Amino acid sequence: MKTILEKGPKTETQKNPKSYPSGTHIITGNQATAIGAYLSGVQVVAAYPITPQSPVVEELARFIESGELNAEFVHVESEHSAMSVCIGASIVGARVFTATSANGLAYMCEQLHWASGSRLPIVMACVNRAMAAPWSVQNDQQDSMSQRDAGWIQLFCRNNQEILDTVIQAFKIAEKVYLPVMVCYDGYILSHTVMPVEVPNAKDVQDFIPPYVPHTPIDLKKPVNINPVTLPDPRQNADGIVCHGYLEHKYLHHTALRESFPVIEEIDNEFKERFGRSCGGLCSTYKFDDAKIVVVCAGSISLLSSIAIDMLREVGIPAGLLTLRTYRPFPNEKLLQLLHDKKLIVTIDKSLSYGYQGPICVDLKSALFESSSDTLLIGYIAGLGGRDVKPYEIAEAVYETWDKYNKGKIVKRDLTEAKWINCKY
Amino acid sequence: MTTILDLPVEEYMLPGNRSCAGCGLGIGLRYILKALDGKCIMVVPASCLTVLGGMYPVSSVRVPWINSVFPGTAAVASGVSIGLKALNKENDYTVLAMAGDGGTVDIGIQGLSGASERNQNFLYICYDNEAYMNTGTQRSGATPRGVKTTTTPLEGKRHNPKDMPKIMEAHNIPYVATACVAYPIDLYDKVKKAKDIKGLRYIHLLVPCPSGWQYDPKDTVNIGQLAVETGAFILYEVENGELRLTGRSRRIAMGGKLKSIDEYLNLQNRFLKFTPEEIEEYQKEINQRWEILVKRDKSLQKEEN
Repeated sequence: MKTILEKGPKTETQKNPKSYPSGTHIITGNQATAIGAYLSGVQVVAAYPITPQSPVVEELARFIESGELNAEFVHVESEHSAMSVCIGASIVGARVFTATSANGLAYMCEQLHWASGSRLPIVMACVNRAMAAPWSVQNDQQDSMSQRDAGWIQLFCRNNQEILDTVIQAFKIAEKVYLPVMVCYDGYILSHTVMPVEVPNAKDVQDFIPPYVPHTPIDLKKPVNINPVTLPDPRQNADGIVCHGYLEHKYLHHTALRESFPVIEEIDNEFKERFGRSCGGLCSTYKFDDAKIVVVCAGSISLLSSIAIDMLREVGIPAGLLTLRTYRPFPNEKLLQLLHDKKLIVTIDKSLSYGYQGPICVDLKSALFESSSDTLLIGYIAGLGGRDVKPYEIAEAVYETWDKYNKGKIVKRDLTEAKWINCKY
Repeated sequence: MTTILDLPVEEYMLPGNRSCAGCGLGIGLRYILKALDGKCIMVVPASCLTVLGGMYPVSSVRVPWINSVFPGTAAVASGVSIGLKALNKENDYTVLAMAGDGGTVDIGIQGLSGASERNQNFLYICYDNEAYMNTGTQRSGATPRGVKTTTTPLEGKRHNPKDMPKIMEAHNIPYVATACVAYPIDLYDKVKKAKDIKGLRYIHLLVPCPSGWQYDPKDTVNIGQLAVETGAFILYEVENGELRLTGRSRRIAMGGKLKSIDEYLNLQNRFLKFTPEEIEEYQKEINQRWEILVKRDKSLQKEEN
């Protein structure tokens, strides 16, 4: 058995990687991810298989073994090691990529915090899947939502085109703000479903993303001890300069996240100028301006919700849609600006902060707390563990809320308890 | 053969560090870094070595040093080495992963096993002080049977330790060796040899620990030497499946005699609970293991002939 290290010297074709054929391809979300990482010039891929992410790593392994992509593939023995390899390779200056789902993401948990605390521009696809127990390999968003406090940028995709475009944008965002980016998309619904995807020219993508320069270069002449034990209070170094305490480091980490809003928007705009497509920056809207009841969600359920909005509009209900693309950092100001005059909001979460409400619902409530208007927010939970969510079910939920609102029948319990779509208990 | 006069003058450890008085780790690291000419990138998990390395923003060591999580040493080192390879800088540094016994034989074993199977290009040194010393002397998978620790406070550990060098041998990596900080030249030679081998190289380094083993800090070298002279710890290296005793162990095998284990045990309070029967049993096990290793060393027989 040959290992990576025993592989012979690279051939000429490997030195000059073939360019992935541009144009329209009918591909799955997982293929879109792999092609996105390929086009972005990733140098190290470390990943461990898990359903429904596996085709991503299979595809990347094929690109690398065939010599099409000049990169190293590390066949790690766990997700914890996948993220560890990414951390090590990113520190020394390589552009790295990994992908995972559900329990794999949870297994990485301590390294997620380490990656963001180290301010490493690692890009990872999270193919959203339900968290066990009981076992389910099907889609919901509990995995990435449970890691929302890990200090990563989290971007959610609505379709396969957005997956490819977001992976490319993610590298540029990550390397600009020195934060890791998690590209989240729904398992099976997007990961295993084919859609037409416009694949850009490899050269154009390489021009779009500047080379990665690590913030702390490894230098034998200027050796650095990276991430040693750090005390609570600032402390002098050997030259008498006062350096940050742990708290200041974390303040800077948080500030970098909060200051990445304009970067995420600018890079999406720049991408639109170059490639003619936008992913919506922080969030996108549909039939929104005149809407009196707004659905807020993230991921592929946005498409189903837009069909529901059309249904509702047909029967005269002024419904609109707001889809969150950037979930962390949470774009509270942007949301406040868009939603401040809306009287009625329905959130649809495909995950739950167990013991309270859906994460989108809770975060949106806190964002709207500053609003002077008396907005009512009803939080629905849907689609856990792959339960199919149909547009008419979303429409029914919105209709019921609209009807109750107009009859003055919304009670406190509606506002404080999670409401479930299609729960047969 | 290297003598003390051949050692590089350059020091990569700065004077003064935060390790305990009498800690053997500093002795070991000093010679390891000399053997690597300081051209290395260290990967270190949460451990006593983190403490030795110093707290932000000061450091006691003059080489690039990457801290990592407890189970992550071998995988982070894999990432560093593969990242350097991707950037065509692989020959500029030795990637040196250095973790304690808990971080190696317990929580880090999965990542190390994976990295070994992939034969990643780095040198892994497990510094074995035979318990979780940084967290206060809790029992580890490397703690000898019968030893009193803070989590085996009354009866001592009931289980045999893992034979980690043997586990690493089973991974068919190019180089496995044992060393003890009480014999720094032997350690120096092994690190120097390992430096020029490609793939995963493993050195199991015994580091006496005055606070955990409960002896007088002045006795670190003495105790380390007794560990080897009694056969409680045996110095050897394995290249391509061929085992070779080295240093003091080799000299004993070629015409000396192992000292009685009592001499080693009596200096340390961690063995206080040992009954005469247990000591006898321990001595028997040591003799058996010694015979097996001596028999495996074909070069020894050749030299005798």
